[in-house]
This record gives sequence, C-alpha cells and structure tokens, in this order.
Amino acid sequence: MSDILISPALKKTSLRLCGATEDSAFARKLLIFVALLFLLLFLFAPLVVVFIEATRKGLPAFLASFHETDALAAIRLTLIVAAISVPANLIFGLAAAWAIAKFSFPGKSLLITLIDLPFSVSPVVSGLVYLLVFGAQGLCGKWFSAQGIQIIFAVPGIVLATIFVTFPFVARELIPLMQEQGTVEEEAALTLGASGLRTFWTVTIPNIKWGLLYGVLLCNARAMGEFGAVSVVSGHVRGLTNTIPLQVEILYNEYNSVAAFAMAVLLASLALVTLGLKTFLEWKYADALSGRSRRH
Amino acid sequence: MGVRLQNNRLFKLGVSVSAIALIFVASAAQAGQSLLNVSYDPTRELYKAINPAFIAEWKKKSGQDIEIQASHGGSGAQARAVIEGLNADIVTLALAADIDAIATKTGKIPADWQKLHSNNSSPYTSTIIFLVRKGNPKVIKDWDDLAKPGIAVITPNPKTSGGARWNYLAAWGYGLTQFKGDEGRVKDFVAAIYKNTPVLDTGARGSTITFAQRGLGDVLIAWENEAFLALKEFGADKFEIVAPSQSILAEPPVAVVEGNASEKGNTEVAKAYVDFLYSPAAQALIAKNHYRPSLPGFADKEDLQKFPKIELITVDKTFGGWTKAQKKHFADGGIFDEIQKQNSAQ
Repeated sequence: MSDILISPALKKTSLRLCGATEDSAFARKLLIFVALLFLLLFLFAPLVVVFIEATRKGLPAFLASFHETDALAAIRLTLIVAAISVPANLIFGLAAAWAIAKFSFPGKSLLITLIDLPFSVSPVVSGLVYLLVFGAQGLCGKWFSAQGIQIIFAVPGIVLATIFVTFPFVARELIPLMQEQGTVEEEAALTLGASGLRTFWTVTIPNIKWGLLYGVLLCNARAMGEFGAVSVVSGHVRGLTNTIPLQVEILYNEYNSVAAFAMAVLLASLALVTLGLKTFLEWKYADALSGRSRRH
Repeated sequence: MGVRLQNNRLFKLGVSVSAIALIFVASAAQAGQSLLNVSYDPTRELYKAINPAFIAEWKKKSGQDIEIQASHGGSGAQARAVIEGLNADIVTLALAADIDAIATKTGKIPADWQKLHSNNSSPYTSTIIFLVRKGNPKVIKDWDDLAKPGIAVITPNPKTSGGARWNYLAAWGYGLTQFKGDEGRVKDFVAAIYKNTPVLDTGARGSTITFAQRGLGDVLIAWENEAFLALKEFGADKFEIVAPSQSILAEPPVAVVEGNASEKGNTEVAKAYVDFLYSPAAQALIAKNHYRPSLPGFADKEDLQKFPKIELITVDKTFGGWTKAQKKHFADGGIFDEIQKQNSAQ
C-alpha cells in the first residue's frame, strides 16, 4: 500500500530509514511465529477444547443438554438479566456521558472515576457489597424482608450485581467520543430553534449511534458472562437463580462435563457473535466510531 | 427524518424487550408452592433421587402438587447464605455446627433442633475413607501412610468445607488412639498429613474433581458416599476404596427452618419432607446412593454389603461435641491455623 503513495525519491530514504529500525526478515518471521503460537496456545486451543468436549459424546448428547429444564431456566434467567441490565446501563451510560461531555461542573473528574470503579473492583467484592447491604443481616435487607421483598438470592439481586459490574461499558465508550465531538452541532441546532429533545434525537444520537451500539454489545457480553458477582448473590437454587455461567460450574461439579461444555459453547458462541458484530462495526464505521481522530 | 424514525423504532424495541423481561420476572415470582432444600455438596444425586419420591408421596397424601428446589455448595457457605437470607425451608448440611450457626444467628430454627428427629436428626450417616488409584501403587493402608513424606494427599479446606472438618477429626481421632492421647504428638501427626496436601479445595466435590478428573494426588480423603460415587462415575478400573482401621461416624443432620417455612406457608410440608427421609422408601434410596441409612432394616441387603466395617469414633465421645471441636480446632487461631502456620514456616 505505502509503496504506491510514496514518491520514488522519498521511498529511497524511507527504505533506508526502515532498514535502520527494522530487524532482519528472519527475526520478523520469528516474532510473528511466536505471536501466532501464543495466540494459538492460549486463545484458540482452549476455545477448540470447549467445542470438542461438548461434542465428545456425539451431537445428540450435546443437543440434549439444552433440553434439561434447569438448563432452559438458566438460559432464560441469563436473557432476563441481560434484558434488564443492558437497557438500564444504556440509559445511565448515555445520561452520564451526556453530562460529562457536554457540560462542565465541579466534581466531574470524580464522577468519571466513580464510573470506572466497577472495572477496578473485583466482581466478588461487588457481590459481597450487595450481600452486606441487602442481605438479611444487612443495612437495607431487614427493611426489605419486612416488606416481603426478596432481593438477595433472587432475580433482583442478580440483576443489581450485573448492573454494577457492567456499569462502565456504555459510558466509557461514549465519553471520549462525545468529548471529541464537542457541543458545536448541538448549539447550532438550538440556535436554529430545535427543542432540547429534538436536538438529542436528530443531532446527538446520529453522531454517537455506532459508538453506543458498540458499548451496548460489550455491556451485553459481560452481562451474560458475569460469574463472580452473580455467584455471591445467587444462592445457587436450581432452575431459579442459576445463570448460564453458574450452571456451567454446577454441571461440571456433577461429573456432567458434556452438558457443562455444551453450556460453555453457548456462552462462547454468544461471545463470538458479539466479537463478530464488533469487528463488523469497526470495519464498516471506523470513522464514526473513532470520533474523527480518536483511536481505540 | 429517516434516522429519527429508525431511532424511534430502536427505542420502542428496547421498551418492549424490557417489558417482556418484567413479565418474565413477575411470572417467575408467581410459581406454585415450592419447597427449598439447601444442602451441602455431595448430596446432589441423593436428593435428585429422593425428591420425586416425596413429591409423589405428598400428592397421594394431600392431593397437592409441590415443587422441590435444591441448592448445593460447601456446607459452611450454604449456612452463611441461609443466615444472609436464602429462603430455605429445609437445611440438610454436613455437620451440626453449621445448623447451630443458623439457629443462633437468625432464630429461625429452635435451639433444640437436633432433638426433634431421631438419630440426632441425621436420617443418614457416613464415614471418612480413602480413595486411591487402581492397584494402590503407593500402598496406602491406614492414616499413618498419609503422613509419610512423598505422598500427595487431596482433602478440602476445613475452613470452608464440612467434609474437610470430618476428614481432619478422623485423622486426629486416629492419632489419639495411636499416641494414647498425647496431643502434642497427635498435632505433629496431623500436621504431617496437611504438609502433604498440594491443594485445599473449598468443598468436598471440588476435591473429588481435583483427584479424579484432574489426576492430582495419590490419595483422596473422602466421604464414603463421595468415594463410591466417584467409582461409579469414573469406572471401578481407575480407582479403589481403602478403608482405614479407624474412622469417624459422620452425622449430616437435617432441620426445618421454621421461620422461613411458616412465612411461606410450608411448615406442614417441610415437616413431612424431613419425616419422609426416615421412611422405608427414602432409607432404601439413601443406601442406594451410598449413604449409611440410620434405619438399615429398610434398605436392600445388597446396598448395605458394600460398606466396609470400620471402627468408628464419634464427635460427642472423642471431642465433646461439635461446639467444642469447632472452637478448639477450626476457629480463628485454632489448632488447624497453627498447623498451617507451622507448615508454611518450614
């Protein structure tokens, strides 16, 4: 590619320059080989093993794993949790990114740090925090249980923990993008007489939609795959409070490795689809995603 | 405009997805009458067999359909969850100390719970034995073989696992007999066994998987029922059971969590469930699932024959009950902590 763009005179110097910094062809090949080997061993091989283990007793046994009531319940619960936590974080992420990127106010950097908190806190701790607050011995737990509302060891607790863990994904994706874009276009729309809401829908949203979708995809992948935080608040009641990752662990512990890996295949496939969509978005809308000059 | 329409559609999609999710949650909450049995790790297969039998029995007796939910995990962790609000109607845990903890911390179980049912409220008992690799290549016959250098012993962590505490006490009991009550030497003996442990899993099932599936270690100290189950799952050509000369009578107790059950209107059915565990049908299933039935008269002769005859000590006689044993050995700063410190210092 670069050869076509560079004029012959420049090409000579650039080649010489390259020669000075570049290693020999052998070293380059070796580096590529090492990188590939590493990817193969640590990423690709485990993924392949998951698929092999799942189909070790044949396709019928693999498919039968999905007909178990507990498995179906786990899939259903995982979808419910994602269906609640992803829209919640979408709204939150949009609001937070909007506030941070378009306005300036005291405590802004503190807010950014707070949004990042779930990234730096171990998921197990996130789960334990909810247990301490909403558990039967916890601060709010007593009040809730007096009202007959069960939060921990029930769906609400799992949703709360998942929301906490996936908190930053949408906001983190949007903040740099919106900061980059600035407020010029919104200001123009407002001076032309558009209402705030109309400005939002017709100016802001089209500008950030691909970044938003990207954030939602990442958020969704994590929401479905979260193990640590959910494990603490789940109570592991079969067919009721087990998500797919928890079900994988249970099945494995019951010597049912085919079913465990079948569920793992489901999770891995979800991740692969997400990855595929993400790559597609990056390829197709690289400019819109990067906010003109931002790298990722 | 086109963009705007598209966005509106997206928004509506989001709203309807959330609405569907809420309906799902609501419908899940409205499920019929159900009973939650919070149990320890190795009973998964046992209760999978017992639950349908009880459901049929209860239908015959009362005409009601009932659903039984199960939760399994390390005994200590499960007790913790019930204390934190896991809505159990029945707890079937690995040792009395864990049910005691629920009783004292929540008041949802009466203090004298262990006297409410026969055999110390244990419808089944078990003991601690060894599982070794086929042919017993390291010639492991008794507890003192585990303390020899070069033997890798697999056992879970007594801090988190009820089964592990039974393992520990069984070893301690053997030491007491061997060294005629000289506690200093017993401690060194048990410390030598724990020096041989490459890993300490959090639960009994985790240890079995470590030994059987991942191939770590020369010997697994295990629940008898867990060892038989591993033989069945992985094939008798891979492992064999070794019965030590002396072990401990493990009594995993059961109790109705009356506070939760009455709140859910389940008192009657929860009590019936616990009573059912002592019925002939359940006792036969218990023996089939490799637990020692407390009423062996109801079990098939064949199922009883497989249990090796071992001299069994009890926690009450040898250790003065669980409360005392727990405090002396497993509490923070207890003997187990000292052993761990001593071993890591060397």
